[in-house]
Amino acid sequence: MTTGVVHPGHLPESLAGLPEHSPDSPLSIHAMTVAYQRKPVLWDVDYDAPARSLVAIVGPNGAGKSTLIKAALGLVPRATGLVEFWGEPFKRVRDRVAYVPQRESVDWTFPVSALDVVCMGRYRRVGWCRPVGRAHRDAAMACLERVGLVDLARRQISQLSGGQQQRVFLARALAQEADLYIMDEPFAGVDAATERAIVELLAELRDAGKTALVVHHDLQTVPQYFDQALLLNMRVVAAGAIDEVFTQHNLQKTYGGKLTLLSEAAEAIARSDLRVR
Amino acid sequence: MSTTGSQPGLVREAVEVLTFQAGYNTNAVLAGSAMLGLAAGVVGVLALLRRRSLVADAIGHATLPGVVAAFLVAVALGGTGRSLPVLLLGAAINGMAAVGCIFAILRYTRLREDAAIGIVLGVFFGVGVVMLSYVQDPANTGGASPAGLHHFIYGQTAAMRAGDAMFMAVLAVVAVAVVLTLFKELALGAFNADFARVLGYHVGVLDAIVLGLIVLVTVAGLQAVGLILVVALLVIPPVTARLWTDRLVPLVFIAGVVGLCTGFVGAAVSAVLPRTPAGSVIVLCGGAVFVLSLLVAPRHGAIATAGRRIAQRLRIAGDHFLEAAYEHRVSRRGETAIPQRTVDAMQRLWGWPVWMRPLVLGGLQRRGLMRRTEAGFELTEPGIASGARIARNHRLWEQYLLRYADIAPGHVDWSTDMVEHVLSPELVAELEAALADGGSENT
Repeated sequence: MTTGVVHPGHLPESLAGLPEHSPDSPLSIHAMTVAYQRKPVLWDVDYDAPARSLVAIVGPNGAGKSTLIKAALGLVPRATGLVEFWGEPFKRVRDRVAYVPQRESVDWTFPVSALDVVCMGRYRRVGWCRPVGRAHRDAAMACLERVGLVDLARRQISQLSGGQQQRVFLARALAQEADLYIMDEPFAGVDAATERAIVELLAELRDAGKTALVVHHDLQTVPQYFDQALLLNMRVVAAGAIDEVFTQHNLQKTYGGKLTLLSEAAEAIARSDLRVR
Repeated sequence: MSTTGSQPGLVREAVEVLTFQAGYNTNAVLAGSAMLGLAAGVVGVLALLRRRSLVADAIGHATLPGVVAAFLVAVALGGTGRSLPVLLLGAAINGMAAVGCIFAILRYTRLREDAAIGIVLGVFFGVGVVMLSYVQDPANTGGASPAGLHHFIYGQTAAMRAGDAMFMAVLAVVAVAVVLTLFKELALGAFNADFARVLGYHVGVLDAIVLGLIVLVTVAGLQAVGLILVVALLVIPPVTARLWTDRLVPLVFIAGVVGLCTGFVGAAVSAVLPRTPAGSVIVLCGGAVFVLSLLVAPRHGAIATAGRRIAQRLRIAGDHFLEAAYEHRVSRRGETAIPQRTVDAMQRLWGWPVWMRPLVLGGLQRRGLMRRTEAGFELTEPGIASGARIARNHRLWEQYLLRYADIAPGHVDWSTDMVEHVLSPELVAELEAALADGGSENT
């Protein structure tokens, strides 16, 4: 796996030499750079997620893991770069992509029940201005069942434990009935039961031919839970099958060395009036 | 204080007003105010959930220059400047301009939202006050009278005509209709904007709709409630409703009902006492309902919360008593009696206030864990079992902390005293398993 930059405008034959940019990849990111307040946090990311695989996105704090998925989904603006899902822009294939945001990103005192939250995953099917119908409620219930929360469906979400809240988010993603699941730190701060439930769910998704991209912070469990890894630290350090990329050398590169040059350049850009986008 | 002569007259008038017998004009104003209260309560739920309540205050204050400007424009074009829709259109335009200024400040400066709102609110209102004094001089308005414009500050239902009230009611109905139609989408945008974006909703549009609804309700309420207090109409009903329910649909319903009732009562009082601005009465009614709810609401109310705390304190004290009595029994080789002086010693040890002792001991007896004897008390069979269970949980947790958390033996007491009361059977099982493994959790 190279970390070279492939610009979408290049000649077809130059692309043909790079097998990782396959059109049936659920997510391909080409030369993406992302900046917050003019400070670049991701440089020239180039990545293709293989279909039907479980991918762990790992890297130290501030490596840009969440930023990568948010930028791919268009939640934060990209400075440059192109992101495609199955070779198409996100707008055209929204229905095939499910998203699990970080648990801390919402206000859990919001006056809704677990079932209400899961129903949100059905809103695109329900359509504008219409109430959530019986069939959609039943579908949401089935998703709650898959994460073992059917008994707590009517409970207000602030009365759920952290792990249960995380499972509600997973159930909502399941309710989207997507082909690609993008999850931001689903394992963060959950209990053992929830961790088991998530792992089983990931395995189910893979068996059903789906793809999951999961931001993960626990290096020890990566080889156990996932079959692909994307090592990230402001740029892609390595990506590919676990046995190939999860090496001492790559991890050292991801976590060990201080990225003095990249971070200093980013600081310099932030201080200057140079416009990144 | 009223004289005895006017008192019966006032009561009769109040009854007439409240039973819709005070004439067509008053009835229209009452119905319109009630409808406005309903709309404000319903829209207020969204404002609260989207954390836009303070923006609503800025919008309210920013309407004043809009009203005066609309008056001046109408006069310049040859009108009388008394047309309510024209004045309210000016108010709405300026309210939206205020929102635009707030977001521009947030976007292009480093100021935070509270500061941005403060600036916009103050400057717009200041400009409005200056303009209001400018139009008081007939020379500036070509002779047209600005009488009544100052009513927009505090609100005045007594001076409202049936047509004005109808207009207000129509705006309120529109606001409620929009909320009910788009409720699912607006609530999603407020709860989890990023997820809504991934689903393909344009969150900026959803936000704009919420702000537009706030402007609509504010403008509709200007004449009746006044621009200073209209924000209270948006805030009080939803926060009151939030005390009573944890669900979204009941929240909207209760907020709507609270708003409807306070709007109706406020307008009625203002009709009976023409010198009392309706806005203040509405806000006082709402405030009273809120304070009452704060006290008596189930679950979130102060009384219920205090009751829960006391119950928990009593339960923990009872647990401690059982545990101590059980250990006392063990150390005395099966002696079940607990003499009075032992109870006195326990009370001193835990520093129970006087009122707690009868409650704790009475509670244990009611639950059948302990019975009274001539010399004092003794544990029953279930009481002995309970005491044994609590003592065991205490030991388990102590062992766990010593083994896994590396807490010095002298420091485990406080946390074990607390934890033993909250351990569920599942947690106890997990503790037992962890301790039985003999230290594998560390590796």
